[in-house]
Amino acid sequence: MDYFIELLFSGLSRGAIYALIALGYTMVYGIIGLINFAHGEIYMIGAFTSFIIATILTILGFPALAIIVLAGLAAVIWSASYGYTIEKIAYKPLRHAPRLSALISAIGMSMFLQNYVLLAQTSDFLPFPQLIPDFAFMEPIAHIVGSSDMVILVVTTVVMICLTILIKYTRIGKAMRATSQDRTMAMLVGINVNRIISVTFIIGSSLAAIGGMLVASHIGQINFYIGFIAGIKAFTAAVLGGIGSIPGAVLGSVVLGLTESFATGYISSDYEDVFAFSLLVLILIFKPSGILGKVDTQKV
Amino acid sequence: MKLNLSKKMIAAAAGLMFVAAAPVAGFAEDTIKLGVVGPHSGDLASYGLPSVNAAKILVEQINAAGGIGGKKIELLVEDTVCDAKTATDVATKLVSDGAQLVLGGICSGSTKAALPIYQDSGILVMSPSATNPGLTQSGDYNNFFRTIAPDDAQAQLDVDFALDKLGYTKIAVVHDKGDYGKGFAEFAKKFLEESGKAEVVLFEGVTPGAVDYSAIVQKIKRSGAEAVMFGGYHPEASKIITMMKKKRLKADFISDDGVKDITFIKVAGKFAEGAYASGPMDTSKNPLSIAAVEAHKAEFNADPGAFYENAYSAVLAMTNAVEKAGSTDLDALKKALQTEKVDTPVGTISFDEKGDAIGVGFSVYQVQDGTFVELK
Amino acid sequence: MFTLQEIKRSLLVSIWFVFLTFPLMVIRVDSIEKTVQWRWMNMVYVAIGSFLLSFVFRYMLQRKEMKSDDNGDDDKKDKTGRSFIHQGLADPRYRNIILGSLLAVALIFPHVFSTYQTSIMTTALMYVVLGLGLNIVVGLAGLLDLGYVAFYAVGAYTYALLYHFFGLGFWVALPIGGLLAAAFGILLGIPVLRLRGDYLAIVTLGFGEIIRLVMENWGEFSQGPSGVSNIPRPSFLGIDMSLDTALIYTYYLMLLFVIFTIFFVNRLQDSRLGRAWIALREDEIACQAMGIDKMKTKLVAFSLGAFWAGIVGVIFAAKTTFISPRSFTFIESAIILSIVVLGGMGSIIGVIIGAFILILLPEYLRALSEYRMLAFGAILVCMMVFRPQGIIGSIRRTYTYKKQTDGEVS
Repeated sequence: MDYFIELLFSGLSRGAIYALIALGYTMVYGIIGLINFAHGEIYMIGAFTSFIIATILTILGFPALAIIVLAGLAAVIWSASYGYTIEKIAYKPLRHAPRLSALISAIGMSMFLQNYVLLAQTSDFLPFPQLIPDFAFMEPIAHIVGSSDMVILVVTTVVMICLTILIKYTRIGKAMRATSQDRTMAMLVGINVNRIISVTFIIGSSLAAIGGMLVASHIGQINFYIGFIAGIKAFTAAVLGGIGSIPGAVLGSVVLGLTESFATGYISSDYEDVFAFSLLVLILIFKPSGILGKVDTQKV
Repeated sequence: MKLNLSKKMIAAAAGLMFVAAAPVAGFAEDTIKLGVVGPHSGDLASYGLPSVNAAKILVEQINAAGGIGGKKIELLVEDTVCDAKTATDVATKLVSDGAQLVLGGICSGSTKAALPIYQDSGILVMSPSATNPGLTQSGDYNNFFRTIAPDDAQAQLDVDFALDKLGYTKIAVVHDKGDYGKGFAEFAKKFLEESGKAEVVLFEGVTPGAVDYSAIVQKIKRSGAEAVMFGGYHPEASKIITMMKKKRLKADFISDDGVKDITFIKVAGKFAEGAYASGPMDTSKNPLSIAAVEAHKAEFNADPGAFYENAYSAVLAMTNAVEKAGSTDLDALKKALQTEKVDTPVGTISFDEKGDAIGVGFSVYQVQDGTFVELK
Repeated sequence: MFTLQEIKRSLLVSIWFVFLTFPLMVIRVDSIEKTVQWRWMNMVYVAIGSFLLSFVFRYMLQRKEMKSDDNGDDDKKDKTGRSFIHQGLADPRYRNIILGSLLAVALIFPHVFSTYQTSIMTTALMYVVLGLGLNIVVGLAGLLDLGYVAFYAVGAYTYALLYHFFGLGFWVALPIGGLLAAAFGILLGIPVLRLRGDYLAIVTLGFGEIIRLVMENWGEFSQGPSGVSNIPRPSFLGIDMSLDTALIYTYYLMLLFVIFTIFFVNRLQDSRLGRAWIALREDEIACQAMGIDKMKTKLVAFSLGAFWAGIVGVIFAAKTTFISPRSFTFIESAIILSIVVLGGMGSIIGVIIGAFILILLPEYLRALSEYRMLAFGAILVCMMVFRPQGIIGSIRRTYTYKKQTDGEVS
């Protein structure tokens, strides 16, 4: 039973990590129907930015809490700026082009950013400082769930709730939903669609930045390639849950995390990814738009 | 309009010709051309770029001192991304460009793909990191040498150490599913089982780059292993050992040369304390090794990366062989490599018939107070 | 055109980029040694670079918009010279000249250029076929497949393992590889073809990863991550060939195969099946109403595409003499897809040109070494931004809406 609980928590914390990235994917997809392949790279840039700022602040002797807050803030600011700029350069001119063109543009952007960081920083793995301290009250259960796992779980939950509120009840959320339903119509009723899309990218990128910082602190190392692998998994999770749906992204991530964790625990980690992708195929066969996705009926 | 059309066609055709003709390189016999191949972009770039740095530093030094026998060395750096197809294309390119020596093949796989092409043109290839035993032991590649111990030798050393020195009876063997890691792990498993002294309680691969390894750590914990033997590179190793300590798992960690890298200690920090890793003998006290690391720090303002010293040694061995042989003819070079001993950061080495280095003493290190300390 | 306002805008862009790239380009830290390195020169480079590039970017965008304003009417496109290759090919006189000279160049190529050139040209030809195969699936039938590399892997491993276990030769393995890949295409197609658009994309991506992971982990069968080596090169009546001759022989083999594929796909496009695919791509529901068996048509597209990938897989294994799971990663699928989209979906010439650009460009960009992949990514983005329909758009698309074309049935 202990073993089951241990696996459950490792699955949950893995799922929470995926969720932080998957939320960004799903938001962008919901609004403009684009698989933003560069999203994983934004996550990576967030991790790098927080790494640089945190190191400088440590050298300057700031207190731990200030370092977390300021590094996180810097990561959010820069990742959001990157997200905003990428949208303006690589996706906006393609609004009316075939969807595949935007996808290729995204893949190109992803390659560009990876190699940009490789050249601007280093190809090596860098040690990321442990920003989240080990809480004393967590000690009795530390063998099951660590402090950073807990923080990631909490942050993911909070972020998901905030996002749901933002989208359901605020003006900007309403505008987002309108834009995602019908862009032309939204424009006609006076919504600044370009602004809404920019805001979506900024929010999605900020989430990725927070994710990047927390995950890097949890794992303890960063490299220019971390975004790609995490990105593909998070994207899978978003589709699993029903892409375009906020709770779906979180649910999909958790399901994916648990699947991987239990597959590793009870079968073999050799095939953990095979199980993850097989699950995706299976679910999509029986529920073609993901767990919580809307079934889009086609009108003639 | 028709005229316009044909004009454009001529222009297009001319453009095509230009593109096709541009890269044909000329030959210049007054230099020795050293090809440096390996992954310089993509996910494995961090294992390939240190070799380039090593070659750059040494070639600069040698050229500043007048070259070898009056000939300067020219570097031809080519990115293979560790991909078999690109590696073969690069091999034909280096052959066309007139390379006489090749440093590299970082990954065993792409090296295997490219070797027949180099072999066909009689080019000496020396790898700092391709550890697949078949590369030398199969006897298929008579032009291949390496400055790193093959997987089986390392696995044997680690297994002997774990059984005889540490006396473990239950060992979990974990690998990173890669060419290098899985190769090492399979040999380790084989030797452990053959010894009959210890039981392999778990044999599994982890997915490199995964965001979290807690599930596999829990599994190791349940298996009751006293030690984890890991085959793979330092990024995964540091993640696993960190997770082991965080999950309060009290098993020892034994690993290979891919982990005996300063980055491992840097990344895993205090969690790395007490971990074992095998690697070339006492490099830290070797003046050549110190000089190599210092040169890298001076030139690139950073610590050298993975396989830097192996690559540095390989360049030294090759250039020494060229100097002693007085030519770049493969047979002469082979003879020089096999007979002439050369001082390198990994020890005073020569090579055996198959191409493995003799004199690269291997020993087991333990992380103590943030450095690798050799265990006698 | 360099008005004050333009300069002001570029200055703003430049300042923005300086801000954007500040932490990554300027600062470099070492968290262990606790040192910070400030590289102010990079900031200057970024400032100047982005200032200049913003002019280029704006100018190109303006040009693109002006062009699309001009060409609001499809008929005009023919006269702007945009598709002069199409026009050239439409006229039999030019067609014969062009095709004849291209064939001549292709035939003498290995005798004029070095082995290296022949080798990368063979690789490029392989991607031409891969692109044409995927073009059937993505360009014609409109099914977004992100796991195309799986079928390529099936073909390659078929040959490698048939040789390894049974000692079967290249020519026996060639059809088996193709057929096995096609069978996999059907196997995957039956459950997943009900999915639409991006869901299909991610499932195919998953399938591609599954095949690779199985090959990586099932060591007894596939030799795992260390791969299968010493696969023989293609044989010719059992004659022993030197490496150079073997490479040239592979080149000719591939050339022959490319010509066959072009011929086949070209005929296929105009066939009943091909038209059904295009109709399916444009409107599924209308298609069903017209009595086209949706499932069957899609399955045929999927398995035909897979067949080609399988065959190229066999040739790939023979050419490199070594395969390992690393050769079949997602990036490979992305590159093949980029070939199709960059060249122009559904257009055969487009795909061919796309393959040559995407495969040869990184090779010739080697001079830039470290900046190679950076440039590659940037070029992909720029291509898409400035020419989203691809280099050579599909000709059918431009003709479909033409008023009363005589004899042009689509």
